[in-house]
Amino acid sequence: MITIKNLHKSYKMGHNSLHVLKGLDFTINDGELVSIMGSSGSGKSTLLNILGLLDNYDEGEFHLDDLLIRNLNETKAAQYRNKYFGFVFQSFNLITFKNAQENVALPLYYQGINRKKRNKIALEYLDKVGLADWAHHLPSELSGGQKQRVAIARALVTNPKVILADEPTGALDSKTSYDVMQILKDINNLGISVIIVTHEHDIAEMTDRVINLRDGQIVDPEEATKTPSYV
Amino acid sequence: MFDLDKWQEILSTIKKNKLRTFLTAFSVAWGIFMLIIMLGAGRGLQNAVMYNFEGDAQNSFWIYRGKTSKAHEGYQPGRFIQYTNKDLNETKRLNSSIIESSSSRLSVSNDAEIHYNTERIGHRVYGVHPGTEELEQLSFEEGRFINQLDMKSFRKVVAISYKTKEALFKNGEEALGTYIRLGDIPFKIIGVFRDMNERDNERVYIPINTAQRTFGQGNNIHNMAFTVENMDLPQSKELENKLRKEFASRHHFDVKDDRAMYINNNIENAKEIRNVFTGISMFIWIIGIGTIIAGIVGVSNIMLIVVKERTKEIGIRKAIGATPWSVINLVLLEAVTITTLAGYIGLVAGVGLLELISANIPASDFFRNPEADFSIAISATILLIISGAIAGLIPARKAARIKPIVALRDE
Repeated sequence: MITIKNLHKSYKMGHNSLHVLKGLDFTINDGELVSIMGSSGSGKSTLLNILGLLDNYDEGEFHLDDLLIRNLNETKAAQYRNKYFGFVFQSFNLITFKNAQENVALPLYYQGINRKKRNKIALEYLDKVGLADWAHHLPSELSGGQKQRVAIARALVTNPKVILADEPTGALDSKTSYDVMQILKDINNLGISVIIVTHEHDIAEMTDRVINLRDGQIVDPEEATKTPSYV
Repeated sequence: MFDLDKWQEILSTIKKNKLRTFLTAFSVAWGIFMLIIMLGAGRGLQNAVMYNFEGDAQNSFWIYRGKTSKAHEGYQPGRFIQYTNKDLNETKRLNSSIIESSSSRLSVSNDAEIHYNTERIGHRVYGVHPGTEELEQLSFEEGRFINQLDMKSFRKVVAISYKTKEALFKNGEEALGTYIRLGDIPFKIIGVFRDMNERDNERVYIPINTAQRTFGQGNNIHNMAFTVENMDLPQSKELENKLRKEFASRHHFDVKDDRAMYINNNIENAKEIRNVFTGISMFIWIIGIGTIIAGIVGVSNIMLIVVKERTKEIGIRKAIGATPWSVINLVLLEAVTITTLAGYIGLVAGVGLLELISANIPASDFFRNPEADFSIAISATILLIISGAIAGLIPARKAARIKPIVALRDE
């Protein structure tokens, strides 16, 4: 599904350049539940952004479904994002002036699906995360856990191959965190790959495999590239 | 191009951001409103001046008496020049190829107070030739003007203005055919006219030879006027010089003596008035363009803020699959929709106010029928929308370039 070879990324800060990712190699297979662990500044969010086609990389190779991703123009990147990925963010990133159903339906709008149909689909997905009754509430009227479930529904609505979750539990208490993790696991059981970026060990432990990042490098490369025994 | 979904998306965004929408709309509506009011006011001024000016034939020359200021051929300065019938006849003879209508004029107001029954009014009484009808651009509400037959038989007939009629016939009696007295002498009313130049409606006209004979003025006339066939400004100045020479030799004054005679060259006046209005309309355009630029700056300013404010939203949209073009589209179409609606509101409000003004404020010498040139107003609105869109394109493209990661990074 995702193959990364010798991936480098630096940010230019004035005259200095900050080398964030220093040659990463790993593979993520279809239907895996993987976490990317690392402390703040380890480069895990940068890696997630590159995986999610939200950012470019400088060196190396990134294959997505046997497709070499390199220097995509914005339009192409947007189309691939819409087709392959669902995003879940730490801060939920729901559009504040749209209600839950409209938020969930938005990715379908960009796929050109008509309003009636996309609202129906959105409601189905809200039902899957247990929020069908909250469809017409604005994000401000929802709790943190509910917001994150709306965000997950939005990530799922396009039927993506990969869910990219950036600290999905970072803003939630531990009870709600486990609920959200359970939902992500359920999604994974449907055959969708889930990649979770986190710095919390207990969250990482709930995944099949952990890629540890430190200072832009994978801590235990063998562990990261090995194919899990159950595949 | 028309995509119901896109409009629903835009409409819902507008509905949910009322203050922002209002601020944008207000700056546009205000700009258009001010432009319409200014165009209207300028037009009102122009209408008033042109209306008064059109009260006289525009291709006319008016020749008035003066007093010499220079010694000439043994005459002392300070001599009054008295015109007679001969002046008109000679002028017509010497310029027969170009003169169309002509008339001399003799004011007999002092000897000919107008009365009818017990009414007396102080309107002026002029003896004139039939050509005055053309020279003063008279329009007749009733009857006719003085004709050659009246002249030939020295008829005691009078053409009165509608104002004179109103003043004399307060009970609405039939005026035509009625006799009124000028001084002690009865004159029969043959017509009621209206002069576009309001001040010229406080007078009545009688045949000049009747006036000279009845009021003991001999051959005297006070001034004379004539219209000419089309000529340009240099030609009219040439004619002025020629007339001056002819009068100077007849009345023995120095041709360079500016005070001995006065010529009012309406061809020159028309040219000057046109120049003034070219100036005024240029002034209005400069201010108008300034107003429009202010509107554009307002719109793009607000759009910049809008994009800033929507950075996160746009980032989210891009993360879930919005293409750069769809973002540009969203921002631009929203702006164009708002500017169009607001522009229309400003247009209607401005035109409405002008209508209100022209319905409630009577026309004066300085202001008449303020009206906005509608095609200019519409094109200004369209220009504003287009330039608003172009100005909005910069923030829109900025929005499209927003990197989702940057937009979503901090919370």
